[in-house]
Amino acid sequence: MDKFVDIAPIVEIRELRDGLFLLSFESESIAKNAKCGQFVHIKCSEALFLRRPISIYNVEGAVVTVIFEVRGKGTKALSEMSAGTLLNVLGPLGIGYSLSEYSGKKVWLIGGGIGIFPLYMAAREYKGNSKVILGFKSRAFVAADKDFAFTGAETHVVTDDGSYGSKGFVTDKFKELLEGDKPDAVFACGPMAMLKGVYEICKENGIDCEVSLEERMGCGLGACLCCVTPVKVADTTENLTVCKHGPVFKGKEVF
Amino acid sequence: MVDMSVNIAGVTLKNPVTVASGCFAFGREYNEFYPISELGAVSSKGLTYQKRLGNDAPRITETPMGLLNSVGLQNPGIEDFVKYELPFMKEVGATVIANIAGKTVSEFAKMAEILDETEVDMIELNVSCPNVASGGMAFGVSCDAVSEITSLVRKSTKKPVIVKLSPNVTSVADIARAAESAGADCISLINTLLGMRININTRRPILKNNTGGLSGPAVFPVAVRMVRDVYKAVKLPIIGMGGITTAEDAVEMMIAGATAVSVGSANLADPYAAYSIVNELAEYFEKNNLKPSDITGSLIEY
Repeated sequence: MDKFVDIAPIVEIRELRDGLFLLSFESESIAKNAKCGQFVHIKCSEALFLRRPISIYNVEGAVVTVIFEVRGKGTKALSEMSAGTLLNVLGPLGIGYSLSEYSGKKVWLIGGGIGIFPLYMAAREYKGNSKVILGFKSRAFVAADKDFAFTGAETHVVTDDGSYGSKGFVTDKFKELLEGDKPDAVFACGPMAMLKGVYEICKENGIDCEVSLEERMGCGLGACLCCVTPVKVADTTENLTVCKHGPVFKGKEVF
Repeated sequence: MVDMSVNIAGVTLKNPVTVASGCFAFGREYNEFYPISELGAVSSKGLTYQKRLGNDAPRITETPMGLLNSVGLQNPGIEDFVKYELPFMKEVGATVIANIAGKTVSEFAKMAEILDETEVDMIELNVSCPNVASGGMAFGVSCDAVSEITSLVRKSTKKPVIVKLSPNVTSVADIARAAESAGADCISLINTLLGMRININTRRPILKNNTGGLSGPAVFPVAVRMVRDVYKAVKLPIIGMGGITTAEDAVEMMIAGATAVSVGSANLADPYAAYSIVNELAEYFEKNNLKPSDITGSLIEY
């Protein structure tokens, strides 16, 4: 068994910027099994029926950390919890990035907005062998860039309006970096349009590409079939679940 | 350990707690958390004659104490079920209800014929899916269609036949009577209630299918009332479902008239939901020195 329902004490919760929260909880079983790109399914409130899926940011010992933005009732309730509260967490769930498959190879990590967080464990793994491109709307939305840089990975920050880092999209920076260097693979997470853009560049340059997708979820286990996305399988298209078959897919299978 | 077994049309369920079609796939995912053989029965994902991809996502949204779904019967088709899923379910010792959803009346009969040759314990006719363009709920709101499908399936198989009813009708009792006189062995209800949610910023429905089926604790009182209506209308055993999340809910549903119950949406919120209900129900029967048949239909109405 590699997934668990755990009643986990919150060890830390703090607001990183307006509406963006870091939450750490202690769960040995979940921490031991968690992989980069996987997610946990959290019961945010007794008043809400469904869990909320949130991707894993980091694991240290028995402590699992997630970073989430307040988007609706679930994440709002979660943001109002405090250290010491017992959290009902199901996880780790899904298939993450192929970290070990590219071990010793060159992997670049490209994230947009709150999509940067599932890439952090990969930066920790690949360190200086990796380049990271983080994209944000503007300076006010920048988060965790120093944590990425601290791993030793060469970290580039871009903002749409140039108010922090260089001006432009992650795809602009990606193309720029490709002029002098080329990775074996790219792991990406962010809005669909960004992922598609990153994938197109990878395709033109013969670079493997893995993308993490989002969808409204039910069970988180692959049983209710609510969170499907069309995926190319052999010469046909199947509706596969983002929770069980993903959230990380090969770019060439989903674009 | 208290004897919680119940008999439905000659099939013995080790306890009255089954899991509802569509909320449990074919049990593989939940069997990682507990042995699904501990359940009274497992109702399969709704099966169609040919494989179906279902509707586009988003297919789910939270509602006040419940959820709306518009999966649209995504399933591998009856042949793959018999070849790959049923052997797994039987191997782990589950009592299997095959839920079938024909696009046409004759598809129901064809599927029943195929299942007649298998180890499936019971067949459940899904005449109540609100998320498909043809068949589904369109059948379940008409006494004539329910009667036609039930009697045709009845001729196509020796397996016990359960008819799963839609709550989206004026008189569920009339539909249940039609199923009974056409040869059904059991009635299960309720399927989901047709509903809709709207994103007020975009003025678009949250579900890509526009509408979906409402389930979860919010529908529980409706389900209890409808089970009672059917209990009074027919002599058949009833599998009651709709928003059950606790053993107390299960007992309430049984008092209303259910011989067995089905846990659906609760599985989405808690992977152990159905298993916990089995254990808590055992405590209830033991503590009160009762057996399931003592409470089924025992409501003292005003």
